[in-house]
Amino acid sequence: MTHKNVDFHVPVLARVEGEGAMHVTVANGEVTDVRLEIYEPPRFFEALLRGRDYTEPVDITARICGICPVAYQMSAAHSIERACGVTIGGSIRELRRLLYCGEWIESHVLHIGFLHAPDFLGYHSGIAIAADHPEMVERVLTLKKTGNAVVDVVGGRPIHPVNVRLGGFYRAPTRQELTSLVPKLEEAREICIDLIRWTAGFDFPELSHDYEFVSLRHPDEYPFNEGRIVSNRGLDIDASEFEQVSVEEHVAHSTALHSRFRDGHWYQVGPLARYANNFDLLPSDVQALAVEVGMGPVETNPFKSIVVRGLETLFAIEEALRVINAYVPPEQPFVEVPARAGEGWAATEAPRGLLYHRYRIDDGGRILEAQIIPPTAQNQPCIESDLRRFVAANLHLDLDELQLRCEQTIRNYDPCISCSTHFLKLTIDDAIHNAIDDAEIS
Amino acid sequence: MSRIESATKSRPPNPTLAVWKFASCDGCQLSLLDCEDDLLAVAGRLDIAYFPEASSRMATGPYDVSLVEGSITTQHDRERIVEIRRQSRSLITIGACATAGGIQALRNGANIEEFMGIVYAHPEFISTLETSTPIADHVEVDFELRGCPIDRGQLVEVIAAHLAGRPARIPTTSVCVQCKSRGNPCIMVAHGTPCLGPVTQSGCNALCPAYNRGCYGCFGPMESPNTQSLAQQLTHLGMDDAEIARTFRSYNGWAQPFRDEANRRSPTEVAVAFGRTGRGEPS
Repeated sequence: MTHKNVDFHVPVLARVEGEGAMHVTVANGEVTDVRLEIYEPPRFFEALLRGRDYTEPVDITARICGICPVAYQMSAAHSIERACGVTIGGSIRELRRLLYCGEWIESHVLHIGFLHAPDFLGYHSGIAIAADHPEMVERVLTLKKTGNAVVDVVGGRPIHPVNVRLGGFYRAPTRQELTSLVPKLEEAREICIDLIRWTAGFDFPELSHDYEFVSLRHPDEYPFNEGRIVSNRGLDIDASEFEQVSVEEHVAHSTALHSRFRDGHWYQVGPLARYANNFDLLPSDVQALAVEVGMGPVETNPFKSIVVRGLETLFAIEEALRVINAYVPPEQPFVEVPARAGEGWAATEAPRGLLYHRYRIDDGGRILEAQIIPPTAQNQPCIESDLRRFVAANLHLDLDELQLRCEQTIRNYDPCISCSTHFLKLTIDDAIHNAIDDAEIS
Repeated sequence: MSRIESATKSRPPNPTLAVWKFASCDGCQLSLLDCEDDLLAVAGRLDIAYFPEASSRMATGPYDVSLVEGSITTQHDRERIVEIRRQSRSLITIGACATAGGIQALRNGANIEEFMGIVYAHPEFISTLETSTPIADHVEVDFELRGCPIDRGQLVEVIAAHLAGRPARIPTTSVCVQCKSRGNPCIMVAHGTPCLGPVTQSGCNALCPAYNRGCYGCFGPMESPNTQSLAQQLTHLGMDDAEIARTFRSYNGWAQPFRDEANRRSPTEVAVAFGRTGRGEPS
């Protein structure tokens, strides 16, 4: 039978980073309300950065997100370096790409194996999968550990790395330290190929859409730190123009600000967007594997993002090997970045998508203003649109199944609620509050 | 055999574990999933009853062990932690947010209305407390594990010790002790690099000095730190009082010894807001 009226509330979304809830209402066969509610408490980073020294956001903004601290470090460093008129090249630039490779591997594999795969296989967690498939989970752990090892060697530790600074690094790794990673990366490459083939065989619900995909685009490389902000609908701007085309809305059901374009339409960032805009820049063997497992150069079904994350992981492993094999330690691990009054902007590609920072500093290096637009804030309208379309097309499903698939629809985006919460507790109505209370402690 | 396995051999039924999040970045609970070598051993010896980041199974309490990440910043969370305490035989806080209020405690002493106005277009949508405070300010805590983020090895040690019913071996000495045993030359003496190592608790294995960087205090104050003496040394190295205060006011800045030293150096400096209207178009 097809449901005419549905009203469900999932007070604590599982297998996402941070705290969110979902609400779906259907009345007389029409989807009247879908909300991804973010109730993570505000932490006020943009306010507390004011008055701090321009060297500090690299470390402070890492604390916005324990899952993607490197992304915060990279966006902060590039935007402040731009304000100070410094560009980074050579081995230091390569080391930054290597560090980002490590974060993509660990973050993507965490999502593939522990947060997303359980949805397709009918388990409540990745750890539960291990009861039936211990060797598979062991291999996923090995892969994830390899990503952590890369960040560990280059950054000092996997979470909130200590080695990143304005202008580069405190200490450049030796060649030997980097080559010690090669056997692990080569093993990881084999595991990753198996993982891609395995996930490509999952049963994918249908939910395609003609998305506007927004990502960086660099002329020569699959993007991490540099490039213009582009879309498949013709957007092509410098990071300094981003706030002229995008606008943030403060809606009552979310402590995250929603980002849209000024003309009101929403867009998608993240793996599907990067892949669609940069497929031609993937190594040929990654492209060939994509074709082998049935993926085109553009993928518009968000449930298949699990396969695209796998392909990006494979790219990151190969890119890490390329950087390591060509590595010549820089003469100095960093270039000087003297403070000067000005403003700087940068967007880099966090695992979950475009992460934009802007800083204004005075001539003594004091931060006058900071602005941060994280990927999940940009994806929130897109996620809600997916939910609305998915519910409308699947009202025939058993209600438990429908609810589970709705949660999966959200998890398709690997939402990082800790970061998207820019940082407020919003007022949620009392009924929802009580539901949260009941679920959190009962 | 891992420490977890040896600690818990022939000890059924498995104790239940719950993992809770308050205001934080998720990094400390991620550390549990980052214990790749020990994760499945932990999962085999503990019944993971509530850990939403990792599992959609959410069993009801009471729980044998609760790991708590994050600080208290809202009235709702103030009530939630009391209930979690009531449901937990043992409550362990993990990380600088839970043990010292975290970086978001920089709001403490600032004008919170102004902070909200800087970040949000509709401050009236937001409910928040004026302070970010550690869990132990609100409920009794059985063990506090330091770090921003915590160290994976220390987390495994705390869990293993708990399962074995023995005290956790977590030293409260300074970073200097680990720095010496690691064989790092002292970067403050040899290179004149300002370093909080002499007043900061060990646990990171003297990571920053090993990367030619001064310690910046992730693990918070050691037991009985002489912050005044270190601050004098920082003055000798050319830092002014405002810089010294800012150095103490970071991830563990609300921990009493660091807070006191910062206030001695620069009592008026709080995170300064320069005034600007809120962000985000009204919806």
